[in-house]
Amino acid sequence: MKKNWPLWEVFVRSKNGLEHRHFGSLHAPDADMALKNARDVYTRRNEGVSIWVVESKNIKASNPDDNGEMFEPATDKAYRHPTFYDLPDDIEHM
Amino acid sequence: MSHTEKKIFNADQTRSLEQMFDAKIARDEKIEPKDWMPEKYRKTHIRQISQHAHSEIVGMLPEANWISRAPSLRRKVALLAKVQDEAGHGLYLYSACETLGISREELYEQLHSGKAKYSSIFNYPTLTWADMGAIGWLVDGAAIINQVPLCSTSFGPYARAMVRVCKEESFHQRQGYEIMMTLCNGTQEQKDMAQDALNRWWWPALMMLGPTDEQSTHTEQSMIWKLKRKTNDELRQQFIDQTVPQADIIGLNIPDSDLKYNNETGHYDFGEIDWEEFWQVVKGHGMCNKERISARKNAWDNGEWVRDAALAYAEKQAESQDAKQAV
Repeated sequence: MKKNWPLWEVFVRSKNGLEHRHFGSLHAPDADMALKNARDVYTRRNEGVSIWVVESKNIKASNPDDNGEMFEPATDKAYRHPTFYDLPDDIEHM
Repeated sequence: MSHTEKKIFNADQTRSLEQMFDAKIARDEKIEPKDWMPEKYRKTHIRQISQHAHSEIVGMLPEANWISRAPSLRRKVALLAKVQDEAGHGLYLYSACETLGISREELYEQLHSGKAKYSSIFNYPTLTWADMGAIGWLVDGAAIINQVPLCSTSFGPYARAMVRVCKEESFHQRQGYEIMMTLCNGTQEQKDMAQDALNRWWWPALMMLGPTDEQSTHTEQSMIWKLKRKTNDELRQQFIDQTVPQADIIGLNIPDSDLKYNNETGHYDFGEIDWEEFWQVVKGHGMCNKERISARKNAWDNGEWVRDAALAYAEKQAESQDAKQAV
């Protein structure tokens, strides 16, 4: 065999109103075949109404080793949450 | 720092990383592919997940024999759907395994060369239609018992694949049991056929749950990593306890003269398993080991020109697309 089929990531929308969610991956020679294979591999029981495929090499992922600088700055910003603010007791819903 | 000091420092660091890693798993947090993991964790997972994937793929072969011989259209579509699910399950598991940094090609190579193992049960022949019933009922039944605890295993991609597998697999067991039930309600000859299939598949199904706890080498570490939640012997007992009443209901006899309900323990006591047979099959001396691997290898080798042609077509399409855009 000359070359292996590239890897694709599969995203499926379960039903209208929901977002596409990552379902898994598969190998296919091109995007059309990736879509067809994704249909057979991931939606044999009506699990979806729409499928996206994207070649895995096109995804740039963050590195878990950098999670500190990436995500920690958000942890000390309690003022971004409603519970940070004081309300008079009489107000039940806001 | 001297060279030796550096080495000690690195070893200490790895040890504390490992402790943090084990603690993370103990807190029920998942490990994802790009997270740091001990090398042994990676290797063990590649071994187990690939073995699992190979079992799904090889597991299609004993059934393939009966698709064209199914006794009715209803049975045929069900068996086809089951085999198609197994292909799907193999693919979910291969892609989970690839996230650990091993290529699909290497995984196939390990299967074809015999370096990687698959479940020994698939090295037994499927002689009659009743074997389709026995496989669904017993083999898939044992597989479900093995797999349900894996839905909460520590490695994220494996756990997610298992959730999907378990959801789909429950029909497999039911379709098998229904085949057995129908045969048992049929002529004497049909009932004998069902009993014969149970006789041949019962012991291999018990072996499928793995060597005894005393013999099992990986149990302790696998428990920590949640690759195992129960020991092989516990799973086997659970399988026997749930299956014996199912055999009673359709009037079949479990081929074990020592099988007896134990009022004290609330479990069935059972006879000695022939582990010598198990190890022979694992080592490649089962009835169908060679046939299974050569069928799998032939399918792969004979499909090579198709895979190459599909890729050549895709490259050509991409080139002509590029050329159009350049104009």
